[in-house]
Amino acid sequence: MKPFNRLSPFILAAGLMLFSSLGWSAPVKYQIDTKGMHASINFKIQHLGYSWLTGRFDKFDGNFTYDKEKVSNSQVNVTIDTKSVNTNHAERDKHLRSDDFLDVNKFPTATFVSSSIKKTADNTLNIKGNLTLHGVTKAIEIQAQKIGEGKDPWGGYRAGFSGTTLIKLADYGITYNLGPASANVYFQLNLEGVRQ
Amino acid sequence: MKLTNTDKRYGWTSIGLHWLIAIGLIGLFTLGLWMVDLSFYSPWYHDAPAIHKSVGVLLVGFMVLRLIWRWSNPIPQEVSGQVPFLNWVAHSVHILFYVLVLALGVSGYLISTAEGHGIEVFNWFTLPAVGLKIEEQADTAGEIHFWLAWTLIGFATIHALAALKHHFINKDKTLKRMLTPRD
Repeated sequence: MKPFNRLSPFILAAGLMLFSSLGWSAPVKYQIDTKGMHASINFKIQHLGYSWLTGRFDKFDGNFTYDKEKVSNSQVNVTIDTKSVNTNHAERDKHLRSDDFLDVNKFPTATFVSSSIKKTADNTLNIKGNLTLHGVTKAIEIQAQKIGEGKDPWGGYRAGFSGTTLIKLADYGITYNLGPASANVYFQLNLEGVRQ
Repeated sequence: MKLTNTDKRYGWTSIGLHWLIAIGLIGLFTLGLWMVDLSFYSPWYHDAPAIHKSVGVLLVGFMVLRLIWRWSNPIPQEVSGQVPFLNWVAHSVHILFYVLVLALGVSGYLISTAEGHGIEVFNWFTLPAVGLKIEEQADTAGEIHFWLAWTLIGFATIHALAALKHHFINKDKTLKRMLTPRD
């Protein structure tokens, strides 16, 4: 045991050095880059079963923490301004904001708060959490992919993810009849965060 | 055919424009109230708003013609034997109609063009969007459009009742001279 005891301060020192050098890999907080708009919240829904209608929310905000060593320490929060729904058609968007759909005067925001994040493979994640939409909160799962991370050319550090999920409109009390092919909406999120 | 106004009488142009716009406005009001509640599966879901917008654009065009006609023609004198105050009220309501119809046109236009797309008038031409970007433009313009429409119909009811009162109670020419230029 003696040799070990003699070495232990060195081991400790080496361990400390390693730990501090890995300090950046502890959970890191990122702000979603909505200023530079390197992020988008898109959705698509079938039109009559014949084609895809796509749209997006122009205004949203959020942040995430990401721990690449221990992904389960990660967390993501997104808040969407429901008034900013945009399908590139003024009358349809007006209709979507009305009480037939999003009822934005009553429910001006939709939120997603993650409850657990699991690494499923290299660069793929399963994100569980609660989506609050139209005043209804329900658990959803987002299949996400890490696109990349690293220094940007302007002195910052960024990480970006992409995720998809599917929700049934009726689950959120949105029951306007768009036909059987249009019961579900697919969401696609692209979120780039700037390290805080 | 007497097309122009005289000091005593409305010509056919004024009469024609009056009734064309009157019928058009009542039609648009009814169509507008009905179309906003159509279901996605109604055969009129797309056609009703398209007709509403096309007729609306044309009607505003006729209203502009009517204003030009009014400014370039004599305005017949009031039917004699009226209280000056009531003449003033009637005149003010007429001016209000011009303002309301134009404001209805502008507010309707601002709903449909809120995202930069023009308005198709039948299959004839497209009225381009001016590219205004007002915050919550479509929703605010929609609210204003709705209340202007009800205000217009309210005053139009009073206007019609007043005309009937002139015809049946006062037994004067007020209503008749809006039907024909002849004596």
